[in-house]
Amino acid sequence: MGYTLNFNLIWRHFDKLWGGLLLSLELAVISIAIGIVIGLVLAVWYVSAGRVVRAIIAAYVEFIRNVPLILLVYLVFYGLPTVVDLAYSAPTSFVLTLSVYSGAYLVEVFRSGLEAVPRGQLDAGKAIGLTPWQRLIHVRLPTMLRITLPALSNTFISLFKDTSIASVISVPELTYGAQWINFNTFRIVEVYLVTTAMYLVTGYTLLFALRLVERRFRAAR
Amino acid sequence: MLSQILYALPFLAEGFAVTLWVSLLVVVLSLIAGVLLGVGLVYGPAPLRWAVRIFSDTIRGIPILVLMFFVYYGLPAVGVHLQSFWAAVLALTLFKTAQVVEYLRGAVASIPKGQSEAAMAIGLTFRQRLTSVIFPQAFRRFLPPWINGVTDAVKGSALVSLLGITDLMQAINQIIGRTYEAMPLYILGALIYFAVNYALSYASRRLERRFAFIRD
Repeated sequence: MGYTLNFNLIWRHFDKLWGGLLLSLELAVISIAIGIVIGLVLAVWYVSAGRVVRAIIAAYVEFIRNVPLILLVYLVFYGLPTVVDLAYSAPTSFVLTLSVYSGAYLVEVFRSGLEAVPRGQLDAGKAIGLTPWQRLIHVRLPTMLRITLPALSNTFISLFKDTSIASVISVPELTYGAQWINFNTFRIVEVYLVTTAMYLVTGYTLLFALRLVERRFRAAR
Repeated sequence: MLSQILYALPFLAEGFAVTLWVSLLVVVLSLIAGVLLGVGLVYGPAPLRWAVRIFSDTIRGIPILVLMFFVYYGLPAVGVHLQSFWAAVLALTLFKTAQVVEYLRGAVASIPKGQSEAAMAIGLTFRQRLTSVIFPQAFRRFLPPWINGVTDAVKGSALVSLLGITDLMQAINQIIGRTYEAMPLYILGALIYFAVNYALSYASRRLERRFAFIRD
């Protein structure tokens, strides 16, 4: 094979990877939080709205889901500032993009969850005299969350991995750190081995934690 | 603005052809590799099962971008020289293969055990059990997620632009580099990707309905 592994240079620049991972997580958490708000509001709106609003929400969801994330990232970072008078940093630009992107995926998850809430539960809520708002907060949303938790976990993990796209606009997250070390030290195999391990450990830790949450809520049923 | 878009069209068409070609290669190659590995995961001996499980869980656990850089920069380091086009196709195919493995496993697992036992009882060989009993039934469970995954392949193909391959994404960036018309071209590009993927998902919904006639 003629290639000798040497991790010394990786450890010397490990702060690029560690700092990168923390930024990846930060980007994911903020974007997902905003995405959840977008997703919840639009999903609740969708299931009770008229035809026009439904068509608009569906158009947003379908458009975002059928376009590559990398193109959306470029569009928001390089394209948008040429037509609107806005200035924002690359990380802000990426968070903006990933929020809108995750929102589209989460609308779908929440919408199918809302539609899966058994009719009888809502009727029961009505029967004991809950107002529509109370039925939404105390009956519909909690049941929907339980139904959608497995799909939510998968979406979250997938969005965490999507933060690697931020490297294309030079946001110094984990993939960017890996490329920096790749280009500056040429310890190519080592840096991607370590980066792969970091993504795997983080991703599976998140997944494990989310599965614990799922189990906890399943048991409460 | 319009004249610039018209000027760009032939160039975009070339890039678009590359996007379609990459997507097609990835979809076909990953289908073959994924079905083979998937059968290995379900029916293979323990070491093969573990190997496929580790492969699939590792590949699906990292971003495609990292996998692509790993393959693109890593292979020459260990003495394997591939053209960047084929390195990109290889990376995307590895990723998609891991997904196909999971679709296949899920589809086969959904077939009741009694089917396989009944086939064994009437004396079918392993290969006959697969091709005449399990696969025809598993097929309609496999189809919906797999077809949904085809649009992912088209979207994922946009990443090959980062390896200097002139696909649709890269063609758009190059035209913007010349004309400085960022917004119209990104929107045009988004609409092209949207049109392709929307057509694909529309076709997939029809195909699903076509195969939905057997319900248990």
